[in-house]
Amino acid sequence: MKIVVTVKLVPDPNAEKRIDPVGMRLVRSGVETVLNPYDEYALEAALQLRERLGGDTTVTAFSMVPESTKETLRKALAMGVDDAVILSDASLAGSDTWATAYAMAQGLKKIGFDLVICGGLADDGSTGGVPGALAEYLGVPGLTNARHLEIVDGKLHAQRETDSGYQVVSGALPALVSVTMAVGEPRYPSLKGIMGAKKKSIATMAPADLGLDRAVGSDGAKTELLAIAPPPARGSARVVEAADGPTGAKIIFDFLKEKKLI
Amino acid sequence: MNFDLTDEQKAVASLARDFAQERVRPRAEEMDREQSFPYDLVATMAELGFMGLPFPEAYGGAGGDTVSYALAVMEIARADASTAITLAAHVSLGATPFSLFGTEEQKQRYLVPLAQGKMLWGFGLTEPGAGSDAANTQTKAELRDGRWIVNGTKAFITNSGTDLTGGTTITAVTGKRSDGKPEISNLIVPQDAPGFSRSKKYRKMGWRASDTRELSFVDAEVPAENLLGERGNGLRQFLTILDGGRISVAALSLGLAMGAYDEALSYAKERRAFGRTISKFQAIQFKLVDMLCEIEHAKLMVLKAAWEKDAGRDYAQTASLAKLHAAEISRRVVNEAVQIHGGYGFMDEYPVSRMYRDQKINEIGEGTNEVQRVVIARLMGL
Repeated sequence: MKIVVTVKLVPDPNAEKRIDPVGMRLVRSGVETVLNPYDEYALEAALQLRERLGGDTTVTAFSMVPESTKETLRKALAMGVDDAVILSDASLAGSDTWATAYAMAQGLKKIGFDLVICGGLADDGSTGGVPGALAEYLGVPGLTNARHLEIVDGKLHAQRETDSGYQVVSGALPALVSVTMAVGEPRYPSLKGIMGAKKKSIATMAPADLGLDRAVGSDGAKTELLAIAPPPARGSARVVEAADGPTGAKIIFDFLKEKKLI
Repeated sequence: MNFDLTDEQKAVASLARDFAQERVRPRAEEMDREQSFPYDLVATMAELGFMGLPFPEAYGGAGGDTVSYALAVMEIARADASTAITLAAHVSLGATPFSLFGTEEQKQRYLVPLAQGKMLWGFGLTEPGAGSDAANTQTKAELRDGRWIVNGTKAFITNSGTDLTGGTTITAVTGKRSDGKPEISNLIVPQDAPGFSRSKKYRKMGWRASDTRELSFVDAEVPAENLLGERGNGLRQFLTILDGGRISVAALSLGLAMGAYDEALSYAKERRAFGRTISKFQAIQFKLVDMLCEIEHAKLMVLKAAWEKDAGRDYAQTASLAKLHAAEISRRVVNEAVQIHGGYGFMDEYPVSRMYRDQKINEIGEGTNEVQRVVIARLMGL
């Protein structure tokens, strides 16, 4: 069974971020590029499945990234992924959700898969739109927001998180799922994994290899970014002063009740 | 000249940082308070490969270099010095003697489980009356009926009494050399050797979650083949081990200083006085700048010593310089970190309080600052 995990590379979520007001993009210089934290859960889900299925199950990481940042994928290889493929070309820059999903879907068709696992969303853009669009372009069942995965008799079973609980859904393979953080904490790469990762391959494919019939990158984007702004600064907090604990607690309780928060 | 770490070294440092910050740091205060040895953290370090980081894969290690090892110890010390010394003593003092001087059979029997982190091992050089003058070792071993009969006491031995400990390698006087001086050899003493016992854990000022004990040998019996390296080479072998050990102790001091700096920096940015955060006051800014400057300086020295060792060069002097400097800057940095915290720095809930206590041993262990200067002066040919 061949599992492919889509991985995005994003600016370090812990770094302070600045926005270039003219280009309306995140300032990337001086900020480290890391695996999208949500995709680490997708990698974890894939590695767990491989452990359970055994046999000739393989896990491939697939990313649409500039060639210069592909080494960041070594972390996925160190975690235990078998190999990685990148789709890379200057023409892909500026792709929105639509153009990204289209280009990646063609890449996934070329790689071949039984199951595609995606993270729920990207830490930088946070649209969460790619997994659904990918399933559509690939013409396979798309099971989103899965908290648990199982392959039984060649069929994918997933527990799909909802506001009130979870649904149990299934779909024929090949299929695509996106996972939530409930699949399990991403494992640390072991030192053996780190040492072994340099021997694993990161193959490169370009749009020219895929026979695309539509524009990609900013030319193929259906959305246009009109403005971008940092989140507003948080207002000052209200400090409750009271003679003793119970009195203070009562004031806080009344406040929360008045705001209909409890 | 190139100051960049390799991708592999960066990945090891990043793994060590994630593990230390996510798993070790939240536990440090409680482990210090309870003086509890972190078996679960040791198990995780074993699983991840840290316990055998610099040893060849063929012997259960991860095949990493000294730079990676120093970075790992530094990152873990940044979160907790006790966990860092447990790792550093295990690798540099427990396992390294087998790696450097063991026969193939001894490597299979001891180095493999040590590198896999399934077993811990002590390094018994120091005695109640012989610290830096290790040549004055009083512990004696006599070969009788195919067995070494050992008598004596060893002091301050790390990892010597945990549930995972398999034994301790010691220095013992095994006879007299032709020049009349004592002949010192290394003996492998398994935990279950008759006549070998360990005291309770010492009550310590710092490193309180690490396992440190006094060892006593009363007609302790050790098989004759448990000699490590050649008879009479014991002191030279142990001094060679200490040269490498200085790099890890230097990395530990550096990591502790970085941890204290991290705490001071974030506290200074939060704590308000006179209407603004104290980080806006020049008095605090200057302290933080000086701390960072000293840390960067020590980091260069530690990594240079590790790099020299990896390059196969003579690193003894650089390692001693790094150990001495990192130990001394850790005192200044930790002291200022407590000062920046004001009264809170004196409270045990604040990590800098523990770091202040953990720091002192950096200037004593593996050669005091004074002995370090003697060693360096000798290497300088003075």
